[in-house]
Amino acid sequence: MTRSLETAAPAAVAQGLRRVAIDPLSRVEGHGKVTILLDAQNRVQQVRLHIVEFRGFEKFIEGRPYWEVPVMVQRLCGICPVSHHLAASKAFDRVVGAVPVTASAEKIRRLMHYGQVMQSHALHFFHLSSPDLLFGFDSDANRRNIVGVAQAHPDIAKKGILLRKFGQEVIRVTAGKRVHGTGSVPGGMNKHVSAEDRAMLRRDVAQMTAWAQDAVGMAKQLHAQNPALYDSFGSFRSSMLSLVRADGAMDLYDGVIRARDAAGQLIFDGASDQGYLDLIEEEVKPWTYMKFPFLKSLGPDLGWYRVGPLARLQNCDFIPSPLAEVERQAFVAWGRGEPIHATLAYHWARMIELLHCIEVIAELLDDPDILSGELMAGGPRRRSGVGVIEAPRGTLIHHYEVGDDDLVTMCNLIVSTTHNNQAMNEAVCSVAREYLDGRELTEGLLNHIEVAIRAYDPCLSCATHALGQMPLDVALVGPGGELMDRLTRSHTGDIVRDLQPPSSPAA
Amino acid sequence: MTPASVPLPAQAGLAPILVFGWGNLSRGDDALGPLFVEKLRAALAGDPRVEFLEDYQLQIEHALDLAGRRQLLFVDASLGCAAPFEVTPLAPARDASFTTHALSPRALLQVFCDVQGETPPPCTLLAIRAERFELGEPPGPAALENLEAALGWASQWLAGHGVKNVS
Repeated sequence: MTRSLETAAPAAVAQGLRRVAIDPLSRVEGHGKVTILLDAQNRVQQVRLHIVEFRGFEKFIEGRPYWEVPVMVQRLCGICPVSHHLAASKAFDRVVGAVPVTASAEKIRRLMHYGQVMQSHALHFFHLSSPDLLFGFDSDANRRNIVGVAQAHPDIAKKGILLRKFGQEVIRVTAGKRVHGTGSVPGGMNKHVSAEDRAMLRRDVAQMTAWAQDAVGMAKQLHAQNPALYDSFGSFRSSMLSLVRADGAMDLYDGVIRARDAAGQLIFDGASDQGYLDLIEEEVKPWTYMKFPFLKSLGPDLGWYRVGPLARLQNCDFIPSPLAEVERQAFVAWGRGEPIHATLAYHWARMIELLHCIEVIAELLDDPDILSGELMAGGPRRRSGVGVIEAPRGTLIHHYEVGDDDLVTMCNLIVSTTHNNQAMNEAVCSVAREYLDGRELTEGLLNHIEVAIRAYDPCLSCATHALGQMPLDVALVGPGGELMDRLTRSHTGDIVRDLQPPSSPAA
Repeated sequence: MTPASVPLPAQAGLAPILVFGWGNLSRGDDALGPLFVEKLRAALAGDPRVEFLEDYQLQIEHALDLAGRRQLLFVDASLGCAAPFEVTPLAPARDASFTTHALSPRALLQVFCDVQGETPPPCTLLAIRAERFELGEPPGPAALENLEAALGWASQWLAGHGVKNVS
């Protein structure tokens, strides 16, 4: 693994490249901004993707009573609030000495979490990605959206909506509310699932399972129909990191941390989530607020990694549910003995996880512990706790310290999109090298950059107000630092060529 | 049974009017939508003719909440509208948002059209003028004044649709 993204470091400047510092994004508006730097031979030398992150949220949490935090952190993200709700709860379980929580509490939390991952994956595949996959990467941007899918393929659109709705209902019956749920608390849960709600969910499980199998089939078929494209698009080799269960099974709620290198060999395994700081360090770069995590044992140059469905599916030894395990084996076989590094394989892996989530939900709905049993546990108080969970987009880390007055004195969050920061940059760099033709940006290049970023399902709109206002802004910068071209796609799909520089060169 | 043959569920006993506000309570004036819902819900005190919904942002499954209604009122904070608020009838339309996980209000209506095969109920967007969406800030005084003005308008709007006992 090289660090081609960073060729504008001092050595690169000496080769005639200019270092460019880009103003950070507005966190409220959440633009996707990409800067491509060329060398004197018009080759892509560097790509930087600037995306939103949670800077400031830690300060927002510090000083609050710890018991408020699992509810407050849901306001981080409009798309996966449950992941934050549960990661914070797990961290504060440590603080209140509730390790482990009761069987009922863990099973209800698991039900909530797998419902969350299910609805998020359904949204991503059917709403965000299926337009690219069904209409083609070069099709009209005005058509490549859920509305276009709903018009051309109403059956697919409706499956997506109803799968997502089912996941939302799982969240509602476990968290207590559709949004701003309060079900999970430090030390356990504050309610059981009612028998009526369980019966309501059980009625739809078979249909949801069938539709999830259809979705896996669709993703698999896309790879089979065009393997050259799907295997190579935005592809690069990387390490992968995720939680796994102690026996190596996929586990999205809890486990130990495992990392594999690009060849699939273990870097470490069985590491306690409480010791994440011994494993991971975050690098700060001058051109973005967003940090770049890396594995300490490999250092910043070689230690970056991917998280999320592609990593989870290949990090685990097996999936502990029968239908999804069959699909995992087919997925692994596609790599012919080598790890799969294709960016577009995220979609396939994501749909296998969707199927797994429904299988787990079905199993938990049959478990009497969700209807009754002790909900709260406790023990000796501690000053700090770490909660790690596999959120839809990947590993999510919450770390808190709490004072004797019950107020949070320190908060550190590493969210999934931050783990994938370097990987998304690599994907965009790969696409730019393949599709940038000459010194002018084209709509086709914008389309392909969009598809590459979208595969990671980054949370660009976390906790923002930017409804439908997520322009993509791509700038092409020459070796002398001059802005050569700049294209912006607005939320209406209009493309504007704008040679006003997005920022000032810094050096 | 394919999903295309399954109509989206319209629940029995559904309130004919849906008031749907969205935004983030922890981001300054972005709280206006949920606050509007909270205050109007309290003022109507369980009136069965009106159902309230709040969320962080619009999502595809919200199309299910529109089915079977007679009137829709969407409420959102806006940096682009005139103070104190603007009222706009909404029609379905596409948008081409980039990797956002949320829909525009018009796109949500379009999703409803396409999956239901029918036009959505009449929909009005109430955009309340906002100034700042900073994390951790409460809504500003100007935004709260605009909110009160918008609530006054809503009482009249509801009265025009047969709901007159707003306290």
